Amino acid sequence: MHPITTAHYLALSLALLLIGTVGVLTRRNVVIILMSIELILNAVNINLIAFSHMWQHATGQVFAIFVITDAVAEAAVGLGILIALFRNKETVQADEIDLLKW
Amino acid sequence: MLIDTVLFYIFAVMVLIGAILTITRRSAVHSAISLIVSLLGVAGLYLLQQAEFLFAVQIVLYIGGIMVLFLFVIMLVNLDQAAKERQFSGGWMVALIAIGAAGAGIGALLWRGFGSLHIPAPVLEGTPAGLGNTEQVADSLFSTYLLPFEIASILLLVAVVGSVIMAKKRI
Repeated sequence: MHPITTAHYLALSLALLLIGTVGVLTRRNVVIILMSIELILNAVNINLIAFSHMWQHATGQVFAIFVITDAVAEAAVGLGILIALFRNKETVQADEIDLLKW
Repeated sequence: MLIDTVLFYIFAVMVLIGAILTITRRSAVHSAISLIVSLLGVAGLYLLQQAEFLFAVQIVLYIGGIMVLFLFVIMLVNLDQAAKERQFSGGWMVALIAIGAAGAGIGALLWRGFGSLHIPAPVLEGTPAGLGNTEQVADSLFSTYLLPFEIASILLLVAVVGSVIMAKKRI
């Protein structure tokens, strides 16, 4: 068995990023699209922590904290928008929210 | 070394299975539970890489905070109707092109850079003894990155005000 290297973590992060991207692009339910965005942000964090560990430097972890802060702000505002949207349109399907479409 | 390898694969499988279930389940509650599994796997990976502070932050903030927020919203908006409808929009072609391009690009970079990545760095002699992970992060956060830290707190304040205004019935 090979020892685990930074490349393993980067490959896992890439896979998680691609799964999250598929979720954002193909799901209709807005709640699950927001969850997919959380997956993408977690992929970023795995990357940052892997490099932080590789260089034995805390800066990567500080950046990961900032990414988590942004994820929290995004989730709070996004879910607030979702509640406002559900109150007005009675739907959570992304392709039925087409007021701006020609 | 062997136990590290085994734990990495266990957590990696948790992360990937949880992620795939998150984007394929019909019910949003099942998706949320799968997302918890995935985030727990990510937390385990943090622990494997000696980022203990972020491990705690991941558990408290993601699994304790964001997931409760998600579950609250799932209860607030009525998703029974949504669970009966078609789950996927027709974006498969776009998704395939996007992940093909991104996967090929990043994969090629990873493949070419593999040689420089496959030696884990030894523990540097310069790190002061007795300085734990949390102290290191705090030192960096409160000295070099003090301004971004304050800006992040303003961002959180704006997000709190914004989400309250968004969710209010009448402004």
